[in-house]
Amino acid sequence: MSTHSESADVRSGPPAVAWLAWVWVVVPFLYGLYQLVIKIPALFGG
Amino acid sequence: MAVGFLQRERIVAPPGWSRWLIPPAALSIHLAIGQAYAWSVFKNPLAATMLQGNPAAGTLTALPFTLGIVMLGVSAAVFGTAVDRNGPRWAMFMSMLCFSTGFLVSAFGVSIGQYWLVIVGYGLIGGIGLGIGYISPVSTLIKWFPDRPGMATGLAIMGFGGGALIASPWSASMLSGFGATGDNPQASGVALSFLVHGLVYAVFMSVGWLLVRVPPDGWRPTGWHPDAAKTGTLITTANVSANNAIRTPQFWFLWVVLCFNVTAGIGILERASPIFQDYFPDAGTQIAAAAAGFVAILSLSNMVGRIVWSSTSDIIGRKNIYRVYLGVGALLYLLITLTGNANQVLFLIASMLILSFYGAGFATVPAYLRDLFGTYQVGAIHGRLLTAWSTAGVLGPVIVNAIADAQIAAGVQGPGRYTVAFSIMIGLLIIGFVCNELIRPVHERFHEPVGEQAISPEGAKAA
Repeated sequence: MSTHSESADVRSGPPAVAWLAWVWVVVPFLYGLYQLVIKIPALFGG
Repeated sequence: MAVGFLQRERIVAPPGWSRWLIPPAALSIHLAIGQAYAWSVFKNPLAATMLQGNPAAGTLTALPFTLGIVMLGVSAAVFGTAVDRNGPRWAMFMSMLCFSTGFLVSAFGVSIGQYWLVIVGYGLIGGIGLGIGYISPVSTLIKWFPDRPGMATGLAIMGFGGGALIASPWSASMLSGFGATGDNPQASGVALSFLVHGLVYAVFMSVGWLLVRVPPDGWRPTGWHPDAAKTGTLITTANVSANNAIRTPQFWFLWVVLCFNVTAGIGILERASPIFQDYFPDAGTQIAAAAAGFVAILSLSNMVGRIVWSSTSDIIGRKNIYRVYLGVGALLYLLITLTGNANQVLFLIASMLILSFYGAGFATVPAYLRDLFGTYQVGAIHGRLLTAWSTAGVLGPVIVNAIADAQIAAGVQGPGRYTVAFSIMIGLLIIGFVCNELIRPVHERFHEPVGEQAISPEGAKAA
């Protein structure tokens, strides 16, 4: 069976589309995280 | 059989394809279907509009969610083999189709005043999308990240927890904006909200099936070799089919481990706000806000635990990490049972750790299955194991709510209301711990013959 390694076939650094894909999922995630975190101070009387 | 652009053969990664595109593809599915846990925001608008005056409105508005979670477990078990056979693009596409269609059918149901269409749409059709979507990226991530399977699957399954964080405030503000809440709520506002959800999630999830690729046969990360990789007594280089896996004691021990770990977590999560208010009634007029803060911090712990503990399992091993989840989890339950409300900080830390172990139990189990059964049909095996989740989803709330309600009826005050329920949770965690200890390597009579192990559609058909 042939083998392929990341160094031979796949770039070590993420291409631009990978960054865009991460932004696609991270931005809404951060929105949800922010909405969650702002509720926590009330637990400590804030 | 998948056709055209959905076929596995069409998505073999070309040279230059970064494996770091796979986690966002997986997250775009899990962040969407995680919306299921934010269903509660629709309950009051539905009860106040199309179910106004119906004495069973409380039960009826919970039905789409309950059916959806049941369908998650059922469809993951039933369609698991098809997911492995047809590949992740087919699975992600089908998930998007079912999940979005569920919202659109619900929107139509509300607009014509037929509530049964909401149950069928969101619960039945959408629930199938939940099950297929949940397992769709698992085996692909494990194949792209053989060096860090716990981290990779932990990241995706963390997304399922994150989906509710996004949907809860987003859906609530949309319902408000469309006039589905407030003094004069309109059913048309609920219908419009369902419609927008269906369309937006279709676009959001499309990034997943467009981006996902499977690695070429024999691909491996730089500097990593299967023989040189960290090995333990449980980590196999052989492969077991899904049909054979369910004949092994290891599968059923792990089923009990997952079921009881989830049951223990749900015990706190399902009743978090009343538990906090019963433990710390002295919070005064701000108690509702403080309890909401408690729920929020538990949600955060649940989500963070999925990536942190699952990644840790790549270092210390899967069996050891479940020893922590179950053994330390039991000790933490014992701690909050014995100390009661004597120390709020201690109570918070213990609760947060218990919830982090709950989330991590979900996130680590695909890598545990990979260790025991290989990568051949790990998606299908994972699908069958998720029936433990459906079972726990009934067990946990029943145990905590039924016992707590009985204690309240008997006039018990404060933390004492939960002593019996938490003691049962400790017992379940101990049983789970023993089952984890009983897990041994799978006997070679269950292994696939060499040559049948190739991860291919043909191989999957052979099972």
